Amino acid sequence: MSASHYQLVIVGGGPAGLTAGLYAARARINTLLIEKTAVSGQVLVTERVDNYPGFADGVSGYELMEKMALHAERFGLQKKLAGIAEFALEGPEKRFSLENGETITADAVILCNGARPRKLNIPGEREFAGRGVSYCATCDGPFYRNQEIAVVGGGNTAIQEALHLTKFAQKITVIHRRSELRATKILQERAFAEEKIEFVWNTQVKAVQGGKSGVESLLLSGEGGAEQVLPVTGVFMFIGIQPNNELLPLEVLEHDQAGFLHTDEAMATALPGVFAAGDIRSKKFRQIVNAASDGAVAALSAGHYLEQHFPNTSDKSS
Amino acid sequence: MANDKVVHVSDSEFENKVIASKLPCLVDFWAPWCGPCKSIGPVIDELAVEYDGKAMVAKVNVDDNPATPGKFGIRAIPTLIMFKNGEAVDQITGAVGKAQLQAMIDKAL
Repeated sequence: MSASHYQLVIVGGGPAGLTAGLYAARARINTLLIEKTAVSGQVLVTERVDNYPGFADGVSGYELMEKMALHAERFGLQKKLAGIAEFALEGPEKRFSLENGETITADAVILCNGARPRKLNIPGEREFAGRGVSYCATCDGPFYRNQEIAVVGGGNTAIQEALHLTKFAQKITVIHRRSELRATKILQERAFAEEKIEFVWNTQVKAVQGGKSGVESLLLSGEGGAEQVLPVTGVFMFIGIQPNNELLPLEVLEHDQAGFLHTDEAMATALPGVFAAGDIRSKKFRQIVNAASDGAVAALSAGHYLEQHFPNTSDKSS
Repeated sequence: MANDKVVHVSDSEFENKVIASKLPCLVDFWAPWCGPCKSIGPVIDELAVEYDGKAMVAKVNVDDNPATPGKFGIRAIPTLIMFKNGEAVDQITGAVGKAQLQAMIDKAL
């Protein structure tokens, strides 16, 4: 069985992966980016990105990702549309078994697996997923025209998406487990000024309830455990993220309690030749701009690693 | 890249093209403003070519055709429903990978 070999494999095609790909391709490193969908990253679900430098009028998440992909492809980044079934990262040769049966090997890897919305893990959440429980306001907002819905969370994503949902819904109740928002001030000001948005503080969602047609209400638990039922036809959950680390060898990659990978300043993980960039890294702030920055640093570090450890293959671009 | 193996189905055609279809049919409910929907577009195109003659792969634009998604209680996209002999036999929501969709079609063959 022959395996296709590359100098560098990048796992994931979000802002970190595509920026790493751009830098690696420009450095003439023979690189393959593996991603299971055509355009990727949590950015995709953002209707409007207003804080990526250079886009003074804002840009949709999808358009930004498309531009990043085109940019990297312009310098020859190779991409493969496939899921990875198995990672072998410990030896000098990194090995990836794809879901379609192919095997890819590489001298170095940059893990840009990213993260996904965290689930509340409450009764009804899974049962009603796609039938009233949503994690993407841009995707699903238009299904709630003139309806009463809820948003769970108090961070930037929750408030930004609640504001976006005002275009469709008649009333949005933001349910937050604390007494104040974590979201940035400018978003808070906009949300407090918005008539369609109401806030329920110090309250947790205990269950999603509904029937055959989907979600009908939420069971809430407020201060002192006082329970109440909030009638809504939809609930959007934005309570943080969890790392896409399921298939990674966590026993040998250092990581934090939540499973995000530790790296040094050069984006190197605990394993030689294995770098990590973007949301999969353990870090305090997760922004598109610092995911891209991680990707650039990781590609430069991977280039340095390849020169040191695989000097003879360093100009084998395809 | 779009291709002509994917069948674009409207509300008025749904009964004839999907429900009455002799072949099992995977239907992708999508909209142009949905990033994740667009991200799986090329996967859907590939599946349409790979299963040509064995299963049908169709797309319903929920903006232009609100009745069909309404009928199936769809409130999130992308939603992919597998139809066999006119019945919805399997359903998945979100931008999933190709292997998951292949498994869904294979089960219905």
